[in-house]
Amino acid sequence: MALKDSSGWGSRVGLVLAMAGNAVGLGNFLRFPVQAIENGGGAFIIPYLVCFLLMGIPLLFVEWSIGRFGGSKGHHSTPFIFDSMDKRALWKYVGVFGIFTNLAVAAYYCYLESWTLSYVWHSIADSFGGKTQPEVANFFGNYVSLGTIEPIIFWLICLLLNTWILSKGLSGGVEKAAKIGMPLLLIFGAFLAFKAITLRAGENGALYDGTLGLNFLWTPDYSTIWDAKVWLAAAGQIFFTLSIGMGSIQCYSSFVKRKDDIALNAMSAGWMNGFVEIVLGSAIIIPIAVGYLGIDGMKELLSEGGGLGLGFKTLPYLFEQWGSLLGVIAGVAWFGLLFFAGITSSLAMGMPVMDFLKDKFNWKEKNAAWAFGVAVFLLGLPTVLFFNNGVFDEYDYWAGTVSLVILALFEIILFAWIFGMKDGWNEINQGADIKVPVIFKYIIKYVTPILLGWVFINSIPDIVSTINHDKSKENIAFYENANEMKKKSEEQQKLLLKKSDFKPEYLSSTTSIEKLDTNKLISFSTYLLIKKERELSKIMTDNNYRISKIQSENKNMLFKNISRGLLLILWIGIAYLVYLASRKIKLKKS
Amino acid sequence: MMLVTEIFVTIITVYFFLKILKTPSKQEPDSFSENDAE
Repeated sequence: MALKDSSGWGSRVGLVLAMAGNAVGLGNFLRFPVQAIENGGGAFIIPYLVCFLLMGIPLLFVEWSIGRFGGSKGHHSTPFIFDSMDKRALWKYVGVFGIFTNLAVAAYYCYLESWTLSYVWHSIADSFGGKTQPEVANFFGNYVSLGTIEPIIFWLICLLLNTWILSKGLSGGVEKAAKIGMPLLLIFGAFLAFKAITLRAGENGALYDGTLGLNFLWTPDYSTIWDAKVWLAAAGQIFFTLSIGMGSIQCYSSFVKRKDDIALNAMSAGWMNGFVEIVLGSAIIIPIAVGYLGIDGMKELLSEGGGLGLGFKTLPYLFEQWGSLLGVIAGVAWFGLLFFAGITSSLAMGMPVMDFLKDKFNWKEKNAAWAFGVAVFLLGLPTVLFFNNGVFDEYDYWAGTVSLVILALFEIILFAWIFGMKDGWNEINQGADIKVPVIFKYIIKYVTPILLGWVFINSIPDIVSTINHDKSKENIAFYENANEMKKKSEEQQKLLLKKSDFKPEYLSSTTSIEKLDTNKLISFSTYLLIKKERELSKIMTDNNYRISKIQSENKNMLFKNISRGLLLILWIGIAYLVYLASRKIKLKKS
Repeated sequence: MMLVTEIFVTIITVYFFLKILKTPSKQEPDSFSENDAE
């Protein structure tokens, strides 16, 4: 950065840290290790790195270039950045996704971020001290069920904090937050990774060495390497981890001057995200969970609630085993690092929305920040109030998954085939501080679009299934089929009988499951299985309860349909604002 | 293999970040028009 500009980046390091902060999110710590376990362990790294080279890096080059090009024309949000590359109206409306995604993702992401802030507080207050594992897990269940007003308070604190930082502008707010957040994230991550790897069997209640978890995670299963599903999972992970297809990278890089580098910056931010994911992300959650629960116990927990469940329902309990002081420090470090990973990403979601309002409707920085805050509050309210009805997941699916692929697919076609690879290549190399290998010219033109098209085509069956509510319909069909339920119950009972800490009388509802747990008679995985079997037994024997379960599934489908309607209205609303802005520009010109 | 990958990723990350720190900033163009889009 040659010049400090009030509306631009204060320093190059600040820009790279903010870009890396944008990419590094909760998924680096909670999603990546789970994806690796489910897709061949150590062998997953091969498709992961190939997808990083063929899709991640090319798209980073493309998004940084598109952003800087648009910025030189005075645009900082994708609708008008794309418009500056090709005047056909289609591209402006494709660019709407670059604002829509940020708003819709921020709406649920800020809620997730607020859980981490709340858990930092509860770690300091030692709220998990003396609790059993199911009690810690139930604490989370009660939290998202809004048992108290606390989740709403922390959510509002989080929204206000984001709004306040955004109102301070790019260099005064976002960049400062990244300069504080990213180093702290790395320090917390390094501390936890060290503790996890050096966890020894027999110490602080651990049953196994932490390295057992690391070995389990990274033992390669090469038979999976030719499985298309594994490659699709790797491509998906690269997509989400790098924050590509969102419109935030383009916005950040639109403040880079024409003569300044983007190639080295893009590589540095991209690899920094890779380091956090591969080196730190894999060395915390799985080694600690395996150290205390064993491989089977950890797998059972993953099948229950994935990485999110493991991170919020189990880790706070396991940290407590390290002693009260170290337990508090570990809790603060874990949820603190998740918070910094979250906030540096949510801030990046605010900028494209704010800059659209500033550029096209002459809004002031503060007003634009407040508009973003209010919009996120209104859009996010259904995800908070109806979390258990699947609204949160519905937002995540459409805005945080499908939209990203659509935007990235269109933008690479725009860059490589409409704007043209000759000009595109010049854009990437303009002011570059590294020599970009010429092979990327061909990868961007041919390989990345094909790969993206493949990802999109393979996602279509899942999209159709989601639209049809197949999962809810399957559940209803299950509740209506007595034979299927009986079969499932028999399977669960067989599993339970294999467990050494299980006794058949534990299935009787007269025995309190909480008492069994408090008295340490059963392990957490046995507790979960008994709970599941008791629930199924109740559905089979109590007709009113069975009907209420079916009604609940129908209610969830209704809430999901309403969420889709809301997201559609949001997209149309933004498209209308884009239309108004372009009409304003036309009138000004004439 | 994983250890090699992790060392490789760490080295590349440090290399690029150091290069950012060491590369001198570019001089501003003499005239305002030079900073315009081409």
